[in-house]
Amino acid sequence: MASAATFLEQLRQTRVWKSIFRRGPALTNRTRSLAVFGNLFLHFLPVKVREKSLRARATYYLGSFSFLLFLTLVITGVLLMFYYHPAIPQAYRDMKDLRFVVSSGVFLRNLHRLGAHLMVIAVFAHMFHVFYRGGYKPPHEFNWVVGVILLLVTLFLSYTGYLLPWDQLAFWAITVGTNIISAMPVIGNRVKFLVLGGHVVGENALLRFYVLHCVVLPLVAVLLVGIHFWRVQKDGGLTVKSEDDRKE
Amino acid sequence: MNEQKKPGSGGESPEPDKKEGLARRDFLNEVTFGALGVAGLGSAVVTYQYFSPNVLFEPPTRFRAGRPDQYPVDSPIFLQDQQVYIVRTKDGFYAVSAICTHLGCITQWKPEANQIACPCHGSKFERDGKKIEGPAPLPLPHFLITLSPDGELVVDKLETIKSDQVLKV
Repeated sequence: MASAATFLEQLRQTRVWKSIFRRGPALTNRTRSLAVFGNLFLHFLPVKVREKSLRARATYYLGSFSFLLFLTLVITGVLLMFYYHPAIPQAYRDMKDLRFVVSSGVFLRNLHRLGAHLMVIAVFAHMFHVFYRGGYKPPHEFNWVVGVILLLVTLFLSYTGYLLPWDQLAFWAITVGTNIISAMPVIGNRVKFLVLGGHVVGENALLRFYVLHCVVLPLVAVLLVGIHFWRVQKDGGLTVKSEDDRKE
Repeated sequence: MNEQKKPGSGGESPEPDKKEGLARRDFLNEVTFGALGVAGLGSAVVTYQYFSPNVLFEPPTRFRAGRPDQYPVDSPIFLQDQQVYIVRTKDGFYAVSAICTHLGCITQWKPEANQIACPCHGSKFERDGKKIEGPAPLPLPHFLITLSPDGELVVDKLETIKSDQVLKV
């Protein structure tokens, strides 16, 4: 242990370490704050939090759990993309290959699929929990709205991903779903035509849903998640209540 | 003497440079944002056009349904590829859409019940598309059916006609 500590100490003195982290060891409150401020990935998180906001009953970690699932879905999704062609009839064959031929394919596909189902549940649970705690009240109104948009993005991600296996379930789910769009007054049929890139669920629709699922919606989600986390800190941290102090 | 009485001239006004009408800054702002607005509107139109395909590789909406004598009287024949029923009655022919008006599922002709049924949500129709029960909000539409010069039936799925029109052959 001692040798590991001295090794770390020596590493921190090197020019390479200093050029990357721009600071020495975080041993005081000031240097710990600087460690958070000076890191791109941490700077939108709070430097200090109230102890009771870390208790399980304050959040049940539902937001963190949703974010963890999102990261899992990004990683497994990118891995699945290496074996998937968004074309007819190759898409269905690729899905079958992932299940029965590719090493660990069935594991990754199911992790992605079940993770997606779980993420919808987690995001809803997070929303209900925030709602019942009054987390939408001032000064958190803006972040509540961002959260509602994130819920919609999650549902759109779920829906666009549903078409990609190109099986009967996918085809009819998207046929029914896009027919609901066409029930919109005046512009319904036009919007449906734009979403599908045609009159029926076909080649264009598959490609459009693929691009939305793999590029557009994840980028929107990343942007909004960044704003969401940053605003939690700017609005004064998580909503804490007096009963959070109660012993279990 | 006269000059001194005019407002905005001389040193007595607090803002000696202020003139009637727009200030230069406001004018430039309006021109800039107006130009950006026009450009934005144009981009929106062009983007809409870009996302609307001009050529579709879908089954043609107008198709030949074979010779009239292929069809037995009083039996709807389901054309799988086109999702259309061709019905021959004593009076003539008509073509009924097989796509449920509820949410777009493909209906099926049930000869034993003498009706068209949707497997998705249970809508039922007569053989001429009349609605027996929902959730479908509308009857199945009839498509324009004509006879080609060489004597084959031609159905156009973009043209809907009244349900009492039949093609006499």
